[in-house]
Amino acid sequence: MLGRAANGVYWMNRYLERAENTARLIDVGFHLALTRGNKESADEEWKSVLTTTGQVDAYCATHDDFSGPQVFNYLLRDKDNPGSVLQMVENARTNARVVRTSITNSVWEATNEGWMTLRDLLSRPVRESNLGEVLTTVRRQSMLVRGALEGTMLRNEVFNFARIGTFIERADNTARILDVKYYVLLPSVAWVGSSLDNVQWETLLRSVAGNRAFTWLNPGSMDPKEIARFLILDGQFPRSLVFCYEKIRSNMAGLAKEYGHEVSAHELLRDAGARLHQISIDEIFEGGLHEFLQDVIGKTVEIGNAIAADYRFIE
Amino acid sequence: MTAASTTNFDEMLNGDGSIRPAYSDFCEWYNSQDTAWLKRQDAEAERFFRRIGITFNVYGEEAGEERLIPFDMIPRIITAREWRKLTRGIEQRVRALNAFLQDLYHRQEIIRSGRLPVEALRNNEAFLTQMIGFTPPGGVYTHIVGIDLVRTGPEEFMVLEDNARTPSGVSYMLENRETMMAMFPELFTKIPVRPVSDYPRRLARSLRACAPPAYKGGKRPVVAVLTPGIYNSAYFEHAFLADQMGAELVEGSDLRVVDGRVAMRTTTGYKAIDVIYRRVDDDYLDPLTFNPSSVLGVAGIMDVYRAGGITIANAPGTGIADDKAIYSYMPEIVEFYTGEKPILNNVPTWRCSEPGALAYVLDNLADLVVKEVHGSGGYGMLIGPTSSKKEIAAFEAKLRAKPENYIAQPTLSLSTVPIFTNAGLAPRHVDLRPFVLVSPDGIDITPGGLTRVALKKGSLVVNSSQGGGTKDTWVLDE
Repeated sequence: MLGRAANGVYWMNRYLERAENTARLIDVGFHLALTRGNKESADEEWKSVLTTTGQVDAYCATHDDFSGPQVFNYLLRDKDNPGSVLQMVENARTNARVVRTSITNSVWEATNEGWMTLRDLLSRPVRESNLGEVLTTVRRQSMLVRGALEGTMLRNEVFNFARIGTFIERADNTARILDVKYYVLLPSVAWVGSSLDNVQWETLLRSVAGNRAFTWLNPGSMDPKEIARFLILDGQFPRSLVFCYEKIRSNMAGLAKEYGHEVSAHELLRDAGARLHQISIDEIFEGGLHEFLQDVIGKTVEIGNAIAADYRFIE
Repeated sequence: MTAASTTNFDEMLNGDGSIRPAYSDFCEWYNSQDTAWLKRQDAEAERFFRRIGITFNVYGEEAGEERLIPFDMIPRIITAREWRKLTRGIEQRVRALNAFLQDLYHRQEIIRSGRLPVEALRNNEAFLTQMIGFTPPGGVYTHIVGIDLVRTGPEEFMVLEDNARTPSGVSYMLENRETMMAMFPELFTKIPVRPVSDYPRRLARSLRACAPPAYKGGKRPVVAVLTPGIYNSAYFEHAFLADQMGAELVEGSDLRVVDGRVAMRTTTGYKAIDVIYRRVDDDYLDPLTFNPSSVLGVAGIMDVYRAGGITIANAPGTGIADDKAIYSYMPEIVEFYTGEKPILNNVPTWRCSEPGALAYVLDNLADLVVKEVHGSGGYGMLIGPTSSKKEIAAFEAKLRAKPENYIAQPTLSLSTVPIFTNAGLAPRHVDLRPFVLVSPDGIDITPGGLTRVALKKGSLVVNSSQGGGTKDTWVLDE
């Protein structure tokens, strides 16, 4: 497989995952803004969405306030925003065109149709009344591509690079979402136990599509440490850090098997994975949740870079 | 259905409005269909094409703008008898083209014999001195050829142009058939249409049969398709063919010369390529040999080629054979190398480099089609009968300034085939590009080809870049 093609499938899936996660963050911001009575705290939530996606500085350069429609239009479709959902879906589609010969027709058509659908849907400003439909469509289109990958692709190097892209991006997203909101999980704040905290915790879970899963595992209780454990260490939850790292590990193992040898990224991954498996939630809090998450984010970037270099993504 | 125009040959209708035998089964089917349903199918076809991404990029438009080539669902039908004659003519012509190239880059007998003036080669950029004295693997120059044919009468197919460099459009031949079979499967159980779908397999086989000396057997030769990238107008086709052949789709940035071979950068290191089906022009192929600023090609590929390390399809320098100035000599060329009269005629052509011809052309501009010798895609040409006085005057100035840059041909009365419109069937002018594969094993012509159709009433320009569309082309089985 060409290094450039590996780069293409990897990024195609990273962009789709990022588009889906951004849609989910917007959904949560919208939900919170609706439940907050006053505009100030609603604006604060929107600002926090921009912080999580890393776009707050770029946004502030061209905007003066954080009113909802302005923020979600920026995030979804602003032409000057290179990280808009539309742009990411277009990037995914461009990458899919580049690797057209490595993916199945089903995967290509799902990607192409997703882009066409969203381009039409986002050709006009989004209003609060159709925001829900837009966000659902983004998530659904991303899932259709994943479903097509799952259902039609050979389990070979192409598939492995695609999945590695998905889970590197997802690990990064989960860690960032947690990091922006980590303070709501800190014991000193949590002990207050106000209803506001409950809303915050639920929001955190919703932004990684984990609210129902958490409730199944912890019926009737909502405890900040348990939430943190769930999002970081739960091996069953498909957006937890441990889960993402386990997937990256198994897909990297697939590459090592197919190619007959390991690369430097395997070593890095083993170290980072072992640390995640061995650490307990108490140890994480003792050492500092923020510090832990920063470390994971840094490691994930490092592993991504090593994969790109080891497998000759670019010359 | 209305009677066809009396001034040109309509392939479906006789002069009296009755249906020609080739179309009788189709018309019977067509007339029994519900028009509203056909209209829905027509709209469905466009959505189908968009979804699978059969688009092309138009040069000069906003980057990334992708357009569809309009597809018309009325097939263009050729009888078995007509096709037999066409294939004999095409085969003869393609054989002559390869013999001509072999001769031009070696002893140049045709020039010594006085059949071709040496001026035709002098200052002709399509003639590559780097190819002199070199014979490509298997002796094949033009692995893939597209012969553009026009029809002017019941028995009269003429060659309008030979495409011996990198003919495009074969993906439309294949997808148009796929689309027709998906939309109207019952037609294909009723009517014996010869299949085209194995073209990619034949292409792969044909390319593999031309492996270079460096290929030592064992595994199958490694074939790669070289594309300029996703912004090229024919990118869809490059990806499509690579996919269907099971070949790698590579760009210049994936390639480099390693240990005397052209190799592609894979995830586990560089891997040698045996045969490269390049879809970049000669000029961009090798920055060390040709255009030094090109990033689309591979530095050093020409050295590897000449040393037997790789097969390039089509060979560099084949453009000399489809040059429009050479075109006018094709009847002599065919006869010189095959010893036979050409089965397919040329369109009469005036070479404006010759004073007598130029004088005639200048006197008759309003009736002629004038083309640039090195132009393509329908750009830079004058169609006298449909041009204004002002346009003709402007063109005349260009022609007088550089007459050797132009050839002229009569305005042909191209045949028509009906297209589907909301107001019913309407005749439009068409041409035909059959695709020909050449390998040491022989010449292989896929039954059918790309029919291009001018969608505007009366228009003779079928190029997709100028508003032309395409049709499925049926060759009937015996």
